[in-house]
Amino acid sequence: MTSLKRTPLYETHVKAGAKIVEFGGWEMPIQYTGIIEEHNNCRNYAGIFDVSHMGEIDVKGPDALKFVNKLVTNDVEKMALKQCLYSPMCYEDGGVVDDLLVYKMADDHYYIVVNASNTDKDYDWFLQNAKGMDVKVDNISDQVVQIALQGPKAEGILQKITDCDLSKIKYYWFDYGKVNGIESIISRTGYTGEDGFEIYVKPEFGPGIWDKIMETGKDEGVTPIGLGARDTLRLEARLPLYGHEMSDSISPLEAGLGIFVKLNKEDFNGKTALVKQKEEGLKRKLAGFEMVERGIPRAEYPITKDGKEIGWVTSGSFAPSLNKNIGLALIKAEYVSIGSEIEVNIRNKGIKAKIVETPFYKRG
Amino acid sequence: MENPKDLKYTKDHEWIRVEGTRAVIGVTDVAQSLMGDVVFVELPEVGAEYTSGEAVANIESVKAVSEVFAPVGGKVLEVNTALEETPELINKDAFGEGWILVLEISDTGELDNLLSVEEYGKLLVEGE
Repeated sequence: MTSLKRTPLYETHVKAGAKIVEFGGWEMPIQYTGIIEEHNNCRNYAGIFDVSHMGEIDVKGPDALKFVNKLVTNDVEKMALKQCLYSPMCYEDGGVVDDLLVYKMADDHYYIVVNASNTDKDYDWFLQNAKGMDVKVDNISDQVVQIALQGPKAEGILQKITDCDLSKIKYYWFDYGKVNGIESIISRTGYTGEDGFEIYVKPEFGPGIWDKIMETGKDEGVTPIGLGARDTLRLEARLPLYGHEMSDSISPLEAGLGIFVKLNKEDFNGKTALVKQKEEGLKRKLAGFEMVERGIPRAEYPITKDGKEIGWVTSGSFAPSLNKNIGLALIKAEYVSIGSEIEVNIRNKGIKAKIVETPFYKRG
Repeated sequence: MENPKDLKYTKDHEWIRVEGTRAVIGVTDVAQSLMGDVVFVELPEVGAEYTSGEAVANIESVKAVSEVFAPVGGKVLEVNTALEETPELINKDAFGEGWILVLEISDTGELDNLLSVEEYGKLLVEGE
């Protein structure tokens, strides 16, 4: 048994009264004051998240572009300097290894942020694919603290403690700047459906920056947010979670991530399988639904229609911003149409739900 | 919050107030705190019969679902319908307004299996 890892902010969370749980090999805060309160604070004011458990893989060298572009399904070639790109990363069979963010640091340098629980697997996958390429691949995950500040007040709070003009950073771009006097990478990215930033710094500066943000944003309502509310926030915004909406057996096309799969770009891992899947037509699709009858859908509950099983729930929860019970489900394509009725099998009872447009929540 | 002395408890963090042959049942403050925000409670039908240890209700928090087990066997006499609209009563007042159901106890001998407040308190300390 391997021991659980802790981020440099672990003590900060404990002091703040967080409940700690195991997540992807890490001891992480699941909540501080309560999931609903944290969720609402992030939507209405600002939330600060410790996402240091995420992995960072650094790719440098003459073949960096060619290498990353072979790994991911989105098109890295079109990226400008200081741009971020979201992309699935596939196996040859079209199943997903992980979904990730690519930061373009230089023409021959990309910084890649991956899911915590997949970091080791991804790093191995990168190394396997690097054979014969002139690139240097480093897993630098333990040299980085990542803090997310999200919500309508995020920019105002962060601007007070950085020399970087945040208004110049567009959505899915980044810049370098000092936060609380410390060299940082600041990107306008996030996983909540709100405007906000993700900040990358060396581990020793994490607690200082966290405390400074809390102090600076106190009057504007900044609160720490645990993994519990992170999940409800991302689900309302229909942001996918690896292992749920996509996995080694659920392709990005099935997960509704087709706009991040550039089938026209030159060869990349999974291209042949994905082209074939698209040509043959998708047999399963991801659909958003809300409960019509009372009940809360949870991952893996079966979805039925007229008593016949047609799929399963990939993620489900009470949605605090909507005051509804919602979910995403992977179901047989012929049953996916907005407004159509389905049933979620909750404790052996079919409870009525209907397919709805997504995202469930869009910021005003 | 302190566990009231006049109640009986189970290792599953439920409390029982015995009123003759009636058992009022809820979950303890420790339980509601572990669950987090309660957003839905699935209550049994009045008149349904359960044996001791059977799942009699389900409490859904944002995070997960938790079963409530019948601490003793019996027939459901009442359910707390206020929980249908305000399930958060379980978080706000676990030992009071957050009560879940009342069972007509079929065998009062089963009450001997329940824990006293001291025994429950000891279990909490040892469990941590």
